[in-house]
Amino acid sequence: MEKNRHFLVGIFNDEDILIDAVKKIRAKGITIHEVYTPYPVHHLEDHLGYKRSWMPKAAFMFGLTGTICAIVMQTYMLGIDWPMIIGGKSYIAIPDFVPVSFEMTVLFASFGMAFTFFFVRNLLPHRVPIIFDRRASDDKHVMAIDLAANSFSESEIRKVLQEVQAEEIYRKDLTEEELKGNFITYLVDLFTNGVTSSSRKLN
Amino acid sequence: MQLVSKVREPLITGGKTYSDITNDICKCVEDAPNKRWLAALTASVITLAAGGYYMGDMLWNGIGKWGLNKTVQWAWDITNFVWWVGIGHAGTLISAILLLFRQKWRTSINRAAEAMTIFAVICAALWPVVHMGRPWVGIYWALPLPNTFGSLWVNFNSPLLWDVFAISTYFSVSCLFWFIGLIPDFATIRDRAITPIPRLIYGMLSLGFDGSAKTWMHYEAVSLILAGLSTPLVLSVHTIVSFDFATSVIPGWHTTIFPPYFVAGAIFSGFAMVLTLMLVTRHTYKLKDYITMEHIEMMNLIITVTGSIVGIAYITEFFIAWYSNVPYEQYCFINRMGGQYWWAYWSMMACNVISPQLFYIKKIRTSITMTFVLSIVVNIGMWFERFVIIVTSLHRDYLPSSWLYFTPTIHDIMCYVFSIGLFLTLFLMFAKFFPVVNMAEVKAILKSSNPSVYKGRMTIKNEHVPEKDRVLEKEYI
Repeated sequence: MEKNRHFLVGIFNDEDILIDAVKKIRAKGITIHEVYTPYPVHHLEDHLGYKRSWMPKAAFMFGLTGTICAIVMQTYMLGIDWPMIIGGKSYIAIPDFVPVSFEMTVLFASFGMAFTFFFVRNLLPHRVPIIFDRRASDDKHVMAIDLAANSFSESEIRKVLQEVQAEEIYRKDLTEEELKGNFITYLVDLFTNGVTSSSRKLN
Repeated sequence: MQLVSKVREPLITGGKTYSDITNDICKCVEDAPNKRWLAALTASVITLAAGGYYMGDMLWNGIGKWGLNKTVQWAWDITNFVWWVGIGHAGTLISAILLLFRQKWRTSINRAAEAMTIFAVICAALWPVVHMGRPWVGIYWALPLPNTFGSLWVNFNSPLLWDVFAISTYFSVSCLFWFIGLIPDFATIRDRAITPIPRLIYGMLSLGFDGSAKTWMHYEAVSLILAGLSTPLVLSVHTIVSFDFATSVIPGWHTTIFPPYFVAGAIFSGFAMVLTLMLVTRHTYKLKDYITMEHIEMMNLIITVTGSIVGIAYITEFFIAWYSNVPYEQYCFINRMGGQYWWAYWSMMACNVISPQLFYIKKIRTSITMTFVLSIVVNIGMWFERFVIIVTSLHRDYLPSSWLYFTPTIHDIMCYVFSIGLFLTLFLMFAKFFPVVNMAEVKAILKSSNPSVYKGRMTIKNEHVPEKDRVLEKEYI
């Protein structure tokens, strides 16, 4: 089996043209590999057919864990392990436990959710991203279509992309190595060959 | 689809395009530091070092170096703490509360405001640690560990312990929120890098972010939830700080109005500090198209509103003292106004209540010079507010024989200078190495500001766009 993957990359200038294009392309039955945008384009994920983000659920579960931890911790420390009368209050003074319980809920929910996000999207310092076009973080919207995932021929897809006003269309082949993105290989390559692909122009 | 109001000023002026935004903001990071920045950094490092000498001396010899006496046991240390925490609140307000309210003007100032939050909280956290006298043990005494490693635990009934949890949660969640906002911008800088070292460093900081639609989808959800969590968090933090005073029985502190009054004061001083810093950054980095007069005016309006809330709180305190018929409370407030510390009280009133009212005049709130001056005046006023609350309430003890007057020593002053030096140094480092404006968020609101990038959107039929503004599809092709 061939390990290299072949993509057709379409560059879009405008978010509304992009959304229109996504709708039309998907209506034609073409599978879009992924769309890369410089800023979050609202409702793009709906048109790409992605399920709604489940991050809120993760946040809720982590938050609940935080609340339970905080209540158990405070009850155990002041109520069970070393009961003490403080200011004439009962050992387990629930109203006094509210601030710390709240703070721990927020702490667990935020960090739990953020690390879930990093884990799910594989965001790690040593991750080498697959970048189809570096302008995707500047001013262009980049659409990648995996040729192997579609029954249409390259020229057919190219024609569709032209129809939906992609301002630039080109083919990009990624080797197995590039797809895997090994950090050591990336480091060696970076320091031996320097920064190669389209960076900002020198003044 | 964005709705564009004809009444509102564009948020970004100067006809910027997407790549203009990238170029303008990244330039500040990529260019060699300019002379002004180096001069400012030198000045703040000198301030830091001068303050650091006295701070070190104070830590070595103990807090007896401060002007505290047996009646006034808390003075500048806690004043500085509350002042710094208060300043920090504006950043979270801008990034979280205004995000929930969909206030799009926040996008060009939220990054710097959040950075300011983090640095202000660092400066704040310094004070409870050093005021314990032996910070090396003080740090772990506050944690929920068995005290002295027996089985006696920390006291969860104490607002001071709530403060430990509140401030540390606030600091870590603010850092997280700030970092998540920075990830896409780090990716932009990584992709523009022309030498291997910046590409590696910013690449690692960006965590390999690629801007794919799926990542953005989760990213948006994460940002929204973090904003939702930070909103009650920021309100809880200053509420708990006010509990440090409000749950005690000292006249002048024992007030139920404290939580909302402290939160309003925090937003008030925080916005003033954001303005002080942003006006300088705007001038140095030529960001006039990003931080427009509209932004400055909006912030001045918030200062006027919160300043008025604070003013009402001051008057309410007096009313309640009179209405309560408690002679101790009544004495405390009369003493504040006309006692030995009358000068602090009237400085506070002049700076906090009277000066922000000047912003009712449109000419003043749209003047850069006046805004800058008043933003500093407000922060002086807010420092005096905390000083008045803390010192005037303490200096008249239960026994008239122990009534004393507090005078700061050079160590009090220079330790405060140390925290200012620390704050400015951190902010200058941020302004050089990190993008000062959130590029991804500004790009997301650009469509409503620039007619030339707006063109594409009119090709799609939208009933919200007036007929005469619509561009026909064939015209675009």
